[in-house]
Amino acid sequence: MSRGATTDPNIESFRVLPASPSGQADTASHFLHTSPEFAMKRLLCAGAGDIYQVCSVFRSGEAGVSHNPEFQMLEWYRLGMTTLQLMGDIEGLLADCISALQVEFPEYSFDHTGFFRIRYYDLLHELTGFSRNSLSTDAIRQFLQERGIDCPLDGSESLDTWLDFLMSLVVMPQLPSRRFTFVYDYPATQASLANIYESADGPVADRFELFFGQTELANGFFELTDGIEQEQRFISDINIRKRQNQASVPYDRHLIEALKSGLPECSGVAIGVDRLHQVFSGRSSLVDVLNFPVGRA
Amino acid sequence: MASYSTNEFKGGLKIMLDGDPHTIVENEFVKPGKGQAFNRTRVRNLKTGRVVEKTFKSGDSVEAADVVDTDMQYLYSDGEFWHFMDPSSYEQLAAGKAAVGEADVWLKEQDMCEVTLWNGEPLSITPPNFVELKITETDPGLRGDTATGGTKPAHMETGAVVKVPLFIEEGELIKIDTRTGEYVSRVK
Repeated sequence: MSRGATTDPNIESFRVLPASPSGQADTASHFLHTSPEFAMKRLLCAGAGDIYQVCSVFRSGEAGVSHNPEFQMLEWYRLGMTTLQLMGDIEGLLADCISALQVEFPEYSFDHTGFFRIRYYDLLHELTGFSRNSLSTDAIRQFLQERGIDCPLDGSESLDTWLDFLMSLVVMPQLPSRRFTFVYDYPATQASLANIYESADGPVADRFELFFGQTELANGFFELTDGIEQEQRFISDINIRKRQNQASVPYDRHLIEALKSGLPECSGVAIGVDRLHQVFSGRSSLVDVLNFPVGRA
Repeated sequence: MASYSTNEFKGGLKIMLDGDPHTIVENEFVKPGKGQAFNRTRVRNLKTGRVVEKTFKSGDSVEAADVVDTDMQYLYSDGEFWHFMDPSSYEQLAAGKAAVGEADVWLKEQDMCEVTLWNGEPLSITPPNFVELKITETDPGLRGDTATGGTKPAHMETGAVVKVPLFIEEGELIKIDTRTGEYVSRVK
């Protein structure tokens, strides 16, 4: 639980209230974490070094074939590593998981075509033809219309929302099945808690996502260490929330304080453990690997 | 006006789209870990039967379609309309060809049917899964031939044509699965 919530307008926290209001002390509401990131970064600022955690995390309103409001997350941080090095770390872990499964279950086999890395804008170009400079909401709208793809967006949304639509409903479904694909160097406007750096063709977020086939497994950052910029991003999120009539949430002031005291340069990644279980057991739905999905919780 | 949020979406939910009532056939929640969530659905137009893909921004609301399924007794057809009665209120209503569609060949007087109403008007008729109908015309039966597995066409009292085993005789009552249009058994 935390007094601060995630400010990300696309992620909704659960607010925790006592069943019956008892003492005075707990009248302020707390939130269930949507990832252990804020608390772990406070530990990193306190000098914890390389750390990992496996825990339940909670996201309101996310339920479906690949989503459950409560799920298991494995998150770890490596001091001094770049995101490209961290991707290697993940490849090693996944390869170890596969061999361990084979040792435990001799008849177990897991077919995959290996690991592949591609930059966000290159993937978009390959599968839609859009170059970074040709992207606009009008151009995306026209692209979808020409292909008869139904789209609920009306033009009032940000370019990022249009990109989310394009990636989720056009690009990702075309990713080769049975391949681990790292997508990296995201648009700078989708940096979240990642550092932004100047690449050869403009600023990008030093962030990556990992997919197996079309299933998203992990999200990683080269972490933003600037507490002032992080605070500005939180406030900007809160303003977007206001404009979209979403719940107003307090940001994590402890995290900002910790970042201002100094976060060592590091990369971090969060992997959905249930999704990994789903992939390794060859199931088509997350619900197949959960003992008690939300409908039966 | 009633409406549904996308987080209430599930198979069978009735919603209004482009002025027509639709039912949700499939609903999939699509969301990147960080980014906008969408509900990708397949919906069936209840007037035309056409199934199309439709994507919604998660959190958006859609107008609910006032569509209800009621059990009603089929009374008779006057050639233009098919008349049904609510067995508890004795209220009657008439459904035209557009609503009855292909179901007309399974409608037997007194049988209970499912009548789907949209704003109180009949939208579609679903006959019972199994009906018992009398054969009005078929080739003479091959008595005792229960082994060869051959079939022949038989005309029913309602106008339906059903493939029946060779041993079935004209005038017999048979049970039919209306979902497949197939013969099930003889009715003794």
